[in-house]
Amino acid sequence: MAKTDNRSGPTRRTVLEGGVATGVLLATGIPVDAEPADTVTAAASPTPVPTMPMSLRINARDLAVELDPRTTLLDALRNHLGLTGSKKGCDHGQCGACTVLVDGRRINSCLTLAAMHEGDEITTVEGLAEGDRLHPVQAAFVARDGFQCGYCTPGQICSAVGMLGEAKAGWPSHASADVAAASVALTDAEIRERMSGNICRCAAYPNIVAAIRDAAEEA
Amino acid sequence: MQSFTYERAASAEQAAAAVAARPDAKFISGGTNLLDLMKLEIERPAHLVDISRLPLDRIEETAEGGLRVGAQVRNSDLAADPRVRSRYPMLTQALLAGASGQIRNKASTSGNLLQRTRCPYFYDRNMPCNKREQGSGCAALQGFNRMHAVLGASEACIAVHSSDMAVAMSGLDARIETISPGGETRTIPIGDFHRLPEATPHVETVLGHGEMIAAVTLPSPPPGRQVYRKVRDRASYAFALVSVAAIVETSGDRIRSARIAMGGVAAKPWRATEAERTLAGAAASDGAFTDAAEAALAGAVGHGGNDFKIPLAKRTMRHTLAAAAESA
Ligand SMILES: Cc1cc2nc3c(=O)[nH]c(=O)nc-3n(C[C@H](O)[C@H](O)[C@H](O)COP(=O)(O)OP(=O)(O)OC[C@H]3O[C@@H](n4cnc5c(N)ncnc54)[C@H](O)[C@@H]3O)c2cc1C
Ligand code: SF4
Ligand code: FES
Ligand code: FES
Repeated sequence: MAKTDNRSGPTRRTVLEGGVATGVLLATGIPVDAEPADTVTAAASPTPVPTMPMSLRINARDLAVELDPRTTLLDALRNHLGLTGSKKGCDHGQCGACTVLVDGRRINSCLTLAAMHEGDEITTVEGLAEGDRLHPVQAAFVARDGFQCGYCTPGQICSAVGMLGEAKAGWPSHASADVAAASVALTDAEIRERMSGNICRCAAYPNIVAAIRDAAEEA
Repeated sequence: MQSFTYERAASAEQAAAAVAARPDAKFISGGTNLLDLMKLEIERPAHLVDISRLPLDRIEETAEGGLRVGAQVRNSDLAADPRVRSRYPMLTQALLAGASGQIRNKASTSGNLLQRTRCPYFYDRNMPCNKREQGSGCAALQGFNRMHAVLGASEACIAVHSSDMAVAMSGLDARIETISPGGETRTIPIGDFHRLPEATPHVETVLGHGEMIAAVTLPSPPPGRQVYRKVRDRASYAFALVSVAAIVETSGDRIRSARIAMGGVAAKPWRATEAERTLAGAAASDGAFTDAAEAALAGAVGHGGNDFKIPLAKRTMRHTLAAAAESA
């Protein structure tokens, strides 16, 4: 291996340094959108990207932020508010890793704008526990080992919390034989269908279903 | 994503006027389709008018015994409404067969009707696509087209409309109410709402710029048993290869009337009127269902990758008709 590297392209070291620099900016809370497309736009235009002030209520805290209108709720949480529990898997509504609760209902935070949620009560995985006491769904995931790498887990947990509320309200699913029936029994087939918006790359599905079954029985 | 400005609409009329005032403005409702396409810069609005908080989120009884569904009713709330579940079960079944729990919580009635095709070439800006870029050609004609249309397509575009909800609404003869910038309203039967591609596949509906959907009205439920069947590549969370919504009214072992709509086969929910005529007065038998399926797909044309959809659609229709006739 040559000791000196004369290639003109970026070396592993410069790439790493670039990564560190971004991290510092994020830590100081200066709005930085990590997406390359946005960085290019910002660099090419002499005027700074316009931002708008907004106030978001997240995990029972009111937070004032100044964001580019393009900022999705997921990017606001992760890149601007330090709430990195919600994960970005696909950024297109296809995986469920970004699932959060808005007024108690589960949604994909990657397919909505932060600006659309002024006035809403947003709950992320960070807001589920009460102090040191885990939410029953969180506890069930731990007890049942409902994960392997854990990347999909915050989305799975938020989704399960929302889903249990839907089932409690008597909402039918594609797995329900009679959609007009007043109540549903959460069989494994029902749990699997209702959780199909959350993909697990590690395929920890058997334990995820078991954890949700436990939490449903406990509730 | 391209830069844009954002405003929250104060009223339906103000929203329509705000979009009409700028050719580069768009409504945003749930955002689940629009933002997906904006991230890929397939949609590039410079101004968004957020209509998601307008008070159009109610489901009301109508004088004719039907339901008026506000444009902002979420797909999950529409599917879960007890009146819809008991009187329009195939609409609930269609909604629940679409997307995921999270998306249905966000997706609106109007946004679902106006969702754009999932043709992979429409999504790939490096490929020619007449729908995305007028006159650039259609990559799907000679390409990977197993998801594409077998009915009502043109040389310019063979994409399908991917909504499940709209297929059930077509079978139920839903009517779409709109409001225009001046405050005028009009009602459009769902069959006249979406347009076939012909030479202009980028024009997908009869809506004018700034015309906003306010509600969808379902007439009183037609007699007969309703069934929605969807066939797809995986058991959940996938778009339809083919789907069928059927309402069959029987009297003894005869069929009095039938209403049939198909999804996944055309650029709009496809009402199978020929098949409905074949069934009226016929004995409820596999022979009649087969004749109906043949009539429905008589004009179907495959493009190679999607040839399988023609026999699949026929079998799905026979199966769905039999299920609807069974316990009627
Ligand atoms: C991963 C994934 C899987 C999916 N699977 C399915 C599926 O299996 N079956 C299915 O049917 N759908 C499926 N969908 C699509 C989903 O149903 C649509 O994204 C959703 O219904 C769009 O509704 P929205 O309110 O979010 O629309 P938006 O994204 O807000 O709007 C869509 C379009 O409608 C326009 N618009 C919205 N409201 C109005 C109005 N009132 N008047 C005039 N214009 C208006 C907007 O300007 C925009 O052009 C899937 C989506 C995703 C992301
Ligand atoms: S089928 Fe339609 S949407 Fe798909 S590439 Fe051809 S023109 Fe575009
Ligand atoms: S990151 Fe939102 S659904 Fe995948
Ligand atoms: S635990 Fe690894 S993706 Fe689900």
